Amino acid sequence: MPELEAVIGLEIHVQLATKTKMFCGCELSFGDEPNVHTCPICLAHPGVLPVPNEQAIRYALQIGLALGCEIAPRSIFHRKNYFYPDSPKAYQISQYDIPICGAGRLGDVRIHRAHLEEDAAKMVHVGSSGRIHGSGASLVDFNRGGTPLVEIVTEPDLRGAPEAAEWARLLRETVRQLGVSDVNMEEGSLRVDANVSVRPAGSEELGTKTELKNMNSFRFLQRGVEAELARQRELVEAGGTVEQETLHFDPASGSLTSLRSKEEAHDYRYFPEPDLVSLAPTEEMLREARESLPELPAARIERYKAIGVPADVALTLATDPRTAGYFENVVEAAGGIEPRVLANWVTGELAAALRQAEVDGGAADSRVSPGAMAALVRMVGEKKISHGSAKIVLAAMVLEGGDPEPIVEREGLAQMSDSGELEAIVEQAMADNPDAVARVREGNDKAIGAIVGAVMRETKGRADGGEVNRLLRERL
Amino acid sequence: MIERDQVLHVARLARLRLSEEEVETMVGELSGILEHVDRIGSLDLEGVEPTSHVVALENVLRADEPRPSLPRDVALASAPEPQDGAFRAPSPQAE
Amino acid sequence: MTDLLSLTALEAHEAMVAGDLGAEEYTAAWREAAGGDELNAYLWRDEGGKEAAAIAVERDCVAPIAVKDIFTTEGVPTTAGSRILEGYRPPYTSSAVRKLVEAGAPILGKTNMDEFAMGSSNENSAYGPVLNPWDRERVPGGSSGGSAAVVAGGLAPWAIGTDTGGSIRQPAAFCGIVGLKPTYGAISRYGMIAFASSLDQCGPLTRTVSDAALLLGILQGKDPCDSTSVGIEGGIALPGREDLSGLRFGVPAELRGDDYDSDVRAVFEKTLRKIEELGGEVAEVSLPSSEHGISAYYVIAPAEASSNLARYDGVRYGMRAGGDGDLVEMYEATRSEGFGPEVKRRIMLGTYALSSGYYEAYYGQAQKVRTRIAEDFSGAFGTVDFVVTPTAPSVAFGLGEKTDDPLAMYLNDFFTVPMSLAGIPAISIPAGLAEPEGGGTRLPVGFQIASPAFSEQKLLDAAYALEQGIGFDARPGGADA
Repeated sequence: MPELEAVIGLEIHVQLATKTKMFCGCELSFGDEPNVHTCPICLAHPGVLPVPNEQAIRYALQIGLALGCEIAPRSIFHRKNYFYPDSPKAYQISQYDIPICGAGRLGDVRIHRAHLEEDAAKMVHVGSSGRIHGSGASLVDFNRGGTPLVEIVTEPDLRGAPEAAEWARLLRETVRQLGVSDVNMEEGSLRVDANVSVRPAGSEELGTKTELKNMNSFRFLQRGVEAELARQRELVEAGGTVEQETLHFDPASGSLTSLRSKEEAHDYRYFPEPDLVSLAPTEEMLREARESLPELPAARIERYKAIGVPADVALTLATDPRTAGYFENVVEAAGGIEPRVLANWVTGELAAALRQAEVDGGAADSRVSPGAMAALVRMVGEKKISHGSAKIVLAAMVLEGGDPEPIVEREGLAQMSDSGELEAIVEQAMADNPDAVARVREGNDKAIGAIVGAVMRETKGRADGGEVNRLLRERL
Repeated sequence: MIERDQVLHVARLARLRLSEEEVETMVGELSGILEHVDRIGSLDLEGVEPTSHVVALENVLRADEPRPSLPRDVALASAPEPQDGAFRAPSPQAE
Repeated sequence: MTDLLSLTALEAHEAMVAGDLGAEEYTAAWREAAGGDELNAYLWRDEGGKEAAAIAVERDCVAPIAVKDIFTTEGVPTTAGSRILEGYRPPYTSSAVRKLVEAGAPILGKTNMDEFAMGSSNENSAYGPVLNPWDRERVPGGSSGGSAAVVAGGLAPWAIGTDTGGSIRQPAAFCGIVGLKPTYGAISRYGMIAFASSLDQCGPLTRTVSDAALLLGILQGKDPCDSTSVGIEGGIALPGREDLSGLRFGVPAELRGDDYDSDVRAVFEKTLRKIEELGGEVAEVSLPSSEHGISAYYVIAPAEASSNLARYDGVRYGMRAGGDGDLVEMYEATRSEGFGPEVKRRIMLGTYALSSGYYEAYYGQAQKVRTRIAEDFSGAFGTVDFVVTPTAPSVAFGLGEKTDDPLAMYLNDFFTVPMSLAGIPAISIPAGLAEPEGGGTRLPVGFQIASPAFSEQKLLDAAYALEQGIGFDARPGGADA
């Protein structure tokens, strides 16, 4: 049997961070007392009508443009009819055959569509357990009901669980940087469902897919998809077939349970929502959305890689636009120093120093100015101070700000420029460590460490390691 | 024409429980109405744009400005079975 | 007292503004008259209780009004004629009622109606049928039968109703009063309990065309709570046209069939001659798709209704039944006990038309017929100013006469449905009396005039001139015109 290839597509629900709901003026909230953000409209009282939130439209356009989607010149809302207590009208206003955003791409994954809709209310199941029939009840809280959502649907372009999780991270970062959502998976403002299937490698046909729900972290997304892929592979390899179903991921056990209901197959009876008129983004709406787009992670990563920043460091910077901005200021202040070196200092030593000092906020908010950071890296490059000393200076800069030079001076950390003084120390160290000298001369190169260590102790780290090595080798 | 099975299926979709008598009546009445309605089925309307709306409006939107919500006791005042500040409904039947 | 009640709403308004009529006295007289309702026309009347505080008027200066029970009124029972909303008191007031209250029109009460506005006879009310004031053995028409009956029966100076496929015009015709369905979008639908959202429109039921103009002027306007509302540019002025010279009235060949009451046709033909006497020109026009109006309407309206009425599920408000069972049992028990037979029939029809595999054949096709019908009217209005038809194919029929034959009931909307599908305004004015088939008291016949979208001013002007020319002054129980 040929190897089975994973085929994964994602459906991502993004709660928009507007002030009010999609179709009424109730404020959005999280964690408030139940049913304190409701009105006749979001409770679907008789006679009410929806009016769309213009900010939600704007945010949807921004998401669409950020994902390179074609924006529909005219889109409409449909009603998706189904009975459930979390759906007060017994229909959800959503978009169906003409979504606001059509085909697009993010990274290596094609976007199928992105559309606007409203969120359901929250249901909590209560009541007695153990009774077989009619036991228990649901309590419905309509605070969340009607929150604006953008649902993003990808093509089945992902080929493994880690890739799926990684791409979902990139998407979250992209949406976060647009500033249109809190993208908090635990709170449900970003929800990722996965459509998973397997097929013989090389095949173009799609296998029967299952839909995985409730994976409320990237780790769970990866674990859930992994578990489902394993299950499908085992099933298919044993000659079985995958059944189309919806699976619920249980984070506690890591297991998947089928949500197959006894209901007849869903028939949502979609039809155009007669209470709403069409959306036809004007040139002005599009220009406004385009102009409000920040540089997005995918573009930033490419730009940093082009100036020599390693891919992993570029990714780190791209997911943190403020630090990335700081880094760019350091590059500018540093003149000719390689961005690769500066990026390592900013994301490595500076980040570590900030953590060490328990300073809140990132580099951009710290007392270390981009100019001072550049000056420090330049001093290391020009061998005015050692790498080790620079870390000491940086720790001081994090606490007190200012330029590195006065700190170097004050702490006496300037690299020994008088080679006569250093030569004397080197010779003294050789004299103090005759065993090590002997072993090096016998060919045990590692023994040189002990002598270098002695020199560094004596110079309190002010000596340049390279220079010490050179002087020792001359003498050995 | 509509068959008995279809009537039962549609009633399930619409969350209506029909008595045996109602099912019988419904089969007859709906069939009669559909027979009349079916006349439009034979019209050649290829290429005609469907009208879902007679108003020629676009982009009628609302500013993202909060409006007061209902006090919770008012929101719950009409509820058949309020509980703990929420609307209580029977559980969906277990698997 | 009798003198006060004989004033038209416009006359009363002018007298109040001029200080010749005490508003309190006038309103009190009407409240007393409304209290004598023997027609089962009111479902609720304002008797000065606290419950009506939210819809109280600051200063009366407009004639008090009866409101179809389909408009939400904060704190005041609003049932839409359905058992499922028995005892329901909405937490908000509809835009139409708010406008009336702001204009200074006290609310007399809420009028009976076919359940969720589904019906042409008012026999589909969960609270019993309304009786026609001309003949209490007959229906007042529907679905705004209560509103028509209170105006015709001297229980209110004027009223508002809603029209989805004829629900203002047909009861106005059956009760011998004026009923106007404005252009879709002229008046806000916010707080008007939805039957078929793309067709529903609020409008006046009045004694005279001038009253209809005054009321439309108060009600019309764009409403931020209704995305589909437009309002009427320039507002509405009182009609003053004396003749019909220079105006062309088109009689659609397809809506001139022979299969309706000959007496009704006689009144219609006589009215056409009256138009010519007044200087108007009568011509034939063609609306080839209008004969399919009923078919398209009875797909589109039930389809939208099946979705609009899905919210009555026993969770948030209204009736709940079957509380001991699981969720589906509760839903089914509530809806089966809460809705009447006609509402169930239409929910079934609409659900079927939208269901998988049938959408294109029914809903899709009906929407295309709708396009054709609108195009037909546009074409006709290229050559004529108005399209005219009888309002209904018969005079008011007897209680129980058509209840066993839903299709026959639906066909009663034959003349009114095409205008609803096209979204254009149409008015019914009383044109004369005719003897019903099988004999009995002579009953009013309505004459329908339709005009292009948002041309209400022109429509009212012409209807006014024709009304003056006809001089219809018969009253229920009174002498013939």
